[in-house]
Amino acid sequence: MNDELLNILGSVVLNATPLVIASLGETITERAGVVNLSLDGSIVLSAMLGFVAAYSVSQSGAGSEISLILGVLAAMLAGAIVALIVAIGGIALRRDQVAVGFVLTLLAAGLAQFLGQNFTRIPGPTVPYAPISLLSDIPILGPIFFRHNIFVYFSYVLIFVTWFWLFRSRRGLALRAVGERPEAAFARGVDVNRQRYVYTALGGALVGLAGAAYSLSIKPGWATPPVMRGDGWIALAIVIFGGWHPFRVVLGAYLFASLRALSTVIQRTPEISISPVLLNLLPWVLMIATLVMVSSGGVERLLRLLPRPIQKMTRNVLRSDPPAALGTRFEAK
Amino acid sequence: MDIELRNIHKWFGSIHANNDITVTLKGGRIIGVLGENGAGKSTLMKILSGFQPADSGEISIDGKPAVYHGPQAAIANGIGMLQQDPLDVPAFSVLENFLFGLSLNRKEARKRLVEISQRFGFDLDPDTPVANLTIAQRQQQEIVRLLALGVKTLILDEPTTGISAEQKQLLFDTLQSLARQHGMTVLLVSHKLEDVIALCDEVIVLRAGKLVGDRQMPATTQQLVRLMFGQEFAPPTRERVPLGEPVLRLDGVLLRDKRLTIDTCTFQVRAGEVVGLAGLDGSGQELLIRACVGLVKPNRGSIVLAGQDMTGKPYRHYLQCGIAFGAAGRLEEGLIAGLTLTEHVALANETDPLIDCDAAREHTANQLALYNVRGRAEDPIEQLSGGNQQRLLMALMPEEPLAMVLEQPTRGLDVDSASWIWQQLLARRASGTAIVFSSADLDELVAYSDRILVFYAGQVYEIDDASTVTIDDLGHLIGGEFEGSGAGRRLA
Amino acid sequence: MTKNQTLLNLALTLLPIIASVVISSILILAVGSDPRGVFEKLWEGAFRNSNALAGVLNFWIPLTLASIGLVVTFRAGLWNIGVEGQMMMGAVFASWAARTLVLPTPLLIPIEIAVAMLGGAAWGVLVGLLKTRLGVHEIFGGVALNAIANVFTIYLISGPWQPPEGGSAQATPPFPDYTLLPELSGEFPVSLFALVLTVVAIGAIFLALRGTRWGLELKATGKNPRSALLLGVPTERSALSALIVCGALAGIAGAYRVLFTYDSLRPLASGGIGFLALLVVLLVSMKTLLVPLVAFLVAALFTGSTRLKVALQLDQSLADVLQGTVVLMVLLSNGLRERLALRGRVGEGEPETEFKPIAPVTTEAPTYE
Repeated sequence: MNDELLNILGSVVLNATPLVIASLGETITERAGVVNLSLDGSIVLSAMLGFVAAYSVSQSGAGSEISLILGVLAAMLAGAIVALIVAIGGIALRRDQVAVGFVLTLLAAGLAQFLGQNFTRIPGPTVPYAPISLLSDIPILGPIFFRHNIFVYFSYVLIFVTWFWLFRSRRGLALRAVGERPEAAFARGVDVNRQRYVYTALGGALVGLAGAAYSLSIKPGWATPPVMRGDGWIALAIVIFGGWHPFRVVLGAYLFASLRALSTVIQRTPEISISPVLLNLLPWVLMIATLVMVSSGGVERLLRLLPRPIQKMTRNVLRSDPPAALGTRFEAK
Repeated sequence: MDIELRNIHKWFGSIHANNDITVTLKGGRIIGVLGENGAGKSTLMKILSGFQPADSGEISIDGKPAVYHGPQAAIANGIGMLQQDPLDVPAFSVLENFLFGLSLNRKEARKRLVEISQRFGFDLDPDTPVANLTIAQRQQQEIVRLLALGVKTLILDEPTTGISAEQKQLLFDTLQSLARQHGMTVLLVSHKLEDVIALCDEVIVLRAGKLVGDRQMPATTQQLVRLMFGQEFAPPTRERVPLGEPVLRLDGVLLRDKRLTIDTCTFQVRAGEVVGLAGLDGSGQELLIRACVGLVKPNRGSIVLAGQDMTGKPYRHYLQCGIAFGAAGRLEEGLIAGLTLTEHVALANETDPLIDCDAAREHTANQLALYNVRGRAEDPIEQLSGGNQQRLLMALMPEEPLAMVLEQPTRGLDVDSASWIWQQLLARRASGTAIVFSSADLDELVAYSDRILVFYAGQVYEIDDASTVTIDDLGHLIGGEFEGSGAGRRLA
Repeated sequence: MTKNQTLLNLALTLLPIIASVVISSILILAVGSDPRGVFEKLWEGAFRNSNALAGVLNFWIPLTLASIGLVVTFRAGLWNIGVEGQMMMGAVFASWAARTLVLPTPLLIPIEIAVAMLGGAAWGVLVGLLKTRLGVHEIFGGVALNAIANVFTIYLISGPWQPPEGGSAQATPPFPDYTLLPELSGEFPVSLFALVLTVVAIGAIFLALRGTRWGLELKATGKNPRSALLLGVPTERSALSALIVCGALAGIAGAYRVLFTYDSLRPLASGGIGFLALLVVLLVSMKTLLVPLVAFLVAALFTGSTRLKVALQLDQSLADVLQGTVVLMVLLSNGLRERLALRGRVGEGEPETEFKPIAPVTTEAPTYE
């Protein structure tokens, strides 16, 4: 395999990382039955806060490690707080979760721009490149997966932890039940709304982490308009595309990142003459196409083209019913 | 385990659902809890099993006062309830559902699940998704789970609705064995007297929130009816109506949804005829009903309404051609929470692009009086009781439709409301309307149908003359025992 | 109501305003500025003279048009986030007319507006068809179509419609004067035509929602499309018509931006007004007649905020923050009010829609027909 292709694939993995982390976070939240629609704002806000916190701490003379850690924590806290407002509005105050989430999308983006106005386009600390010894020497896989930084490695761990937590742990049973049939969870002594608060905040913290992955690593620094604007919506769509299953969600994130890489490759290829502007359409067209696929029987119609035995198997793999109690309220009498 | 309830009160708004109930429930017995819909029996059982707190009153177990909050705590006190719609998680496998809330690891849980299932002859595969189970299997799975949690008193809420005769027998055998061999208390909430007579050692009877009777069995149906209603009812009489021309005809229809296929079904309904659709939940009767009104398009075959080919036409076209449809879930499908009664009537009847508010209100007031709906024209619909909502739905339907297609028209209604609905339906039938209805209540099917179609996993069996079939026969038929039944023939 | 309850009710009404002022003051201090100065500048920016006031009205017109459009879609239970893109397409279509047609002004302007309505409505109906036919939730369809409209605009500016001196991706060349909406006067630069159009639109929508079968069918479709369908409402037509009306009104708003506010098509010509309109509608909880009032306050805030940059070197995103905080606080305090059981039923304010990110598979009975 030639080096350029390896480079591109490696950059796909790197660039997909915030999408992976954010969409896994939202997967956890939605599995518990809460829709946090504010992603597009909270990623931006936490990216800004993460950068500003890390920058300010490093300016005060602290070591770069400390400042980065504090930056990441600040970002996660911001994401968790925004998510908690959605949960409080939706659960305790009985508001429409979509409404609260939407308002927060705009508010968080506005806040980021306002509070970050004095920190635009300045260099700050970034998370260091850290290839993993031994693993990074594996041919092909090494350069693609193991010559990155801690955010990327964390995302690998997160994929498996999320899967294990959801489908193999005892608490995962409660988490899924709360999103699927809260009455059944209540009957087994689970405090439904407490679970929802916890997992919404946890999912929000991961969204915040995704923000930090942008501003401290992939697109270092802060700028207006923010470079990651729009990715929150993509992450929300990826959760649907991924059928609320961590592995498929991650696949979706890598798919989107590959597409972006593809469009940069096309731009650099002189033989193909497409307006570079129009290439920006691709992620959005893909977003609609994938949503059409998973809803409205698009998948079903495609499946019918396959031979029968394979049909059934594929259908099981592609099953993607949303959590049955998604976006609903539960109140024990 | 003996349970004593003392002076239990529960209010819902202005309704006194449980009014000063004091009763002792002895261990090792099967006790029937009788009463019509709305008598307060479910409320009392929910209080006992921790799903609702009582407003006042005491519960003591084996002579010691017991105070607990929540179903989990009730189970810790040995009391577990099997809800009418069992509280399982459809997205789980049987094993996961069993494991959830139990302190066992996966391997132990699997062993335990298989062991208890086998003891009672339950057919539960640990790896099947709960969503694929029948209602009877879901009940079995819930019983197994409650037993594994160490429950000593088992409450069952209307467990015989929607299950076949065979499944019912297995359930009754299980309950007998739990009471006789394991010394458990079984509380059977039911409004079906034959079940109570077949199974119970004792009955307690509630009426309008009060305990009105507590007697040892055996007792006759008449005695129990008198306890439940304070009076006796004459069995419904059905007048023969001369049948007219065919109104609705399905010709070689193939229907398919995610779960099942109804292959090549041909049947017709004539003016003035009542056709009942029997079957366990999800056996295909829902699919056929929705095909009859154009909500589901047949994959093959044709649908003809009064001589006009309707195949593939949209639902609204069926409405305009004289079909009236009533779905099972009133507030999910049929009525619109947040709209007033007037708005409903205007929506269903007016066609002018401009709405004359005064005329609409007046028309609504007339309809409400005519259909005996207790409610004001400007009230939002969700404030009406179930019976009033059903009556309003009736008022929204056209006066003399060609055919009425109704899903479970009396589900969840008390006896009065249900018989009122049937009076209305039979009156419209007398003027030539054809009626197709489904029901989970076998008595209702036998009492009102001229003809019955039985559904089992997409197969259809026709009973030509409903007066020749007994409830017991029907119970076997809905369990799929078509072979050897002499009552009718296979349709699809 | 007892005296205590009245007091509590009053407190809960004032709470969002007070909380927003306090929160934004803290934020202003955080970036090292003086809150009092900021609020003074905001006021000054909006009301210091007739020119500033005209600026407010120029913001108010498109904001109100988009907002009453959204009242219609909210009534039909649709979260039309795509309104922003519908404005952009209105702007694009109006720009096409302005660049292509050569007609006398009194004839050209109605045509430009009509073409813009067509563009907005087309973009709206696309969101609707994605939902009713293909099961894509309108939020996602809307977000994607917004982005697509923006990319398309940039493509036009940097490609086919670029200025002769070369594509700077800043704007198309200015449209000729006769294609633009005329100003009322030099001191009070407002378009009378657009003002009248807006007032007429408010009245028409108010009456249509109240007293017509169309309005009733929208409401039924919005509250419960399944039941509405069973009661004989053509739910798909109902939902699509709401999006067409909203798209058309947003299209006028977009046209106004390029034919009056600016004199050319530029990226993000809608200026985020579509999103602000969503917030306006959340604030007024679907009461059409409150829209112009609330929209006026929001317009004053945003017009005033342009002054911040000049006078205080403060980013004008403060207006977004202030507006967002007010709406959030109103939502939450409505919740608090309900919790304290002072008023009404659950979910009286904003649309109470179930969030179904994807639609059921085809074989089941339809919701939209």
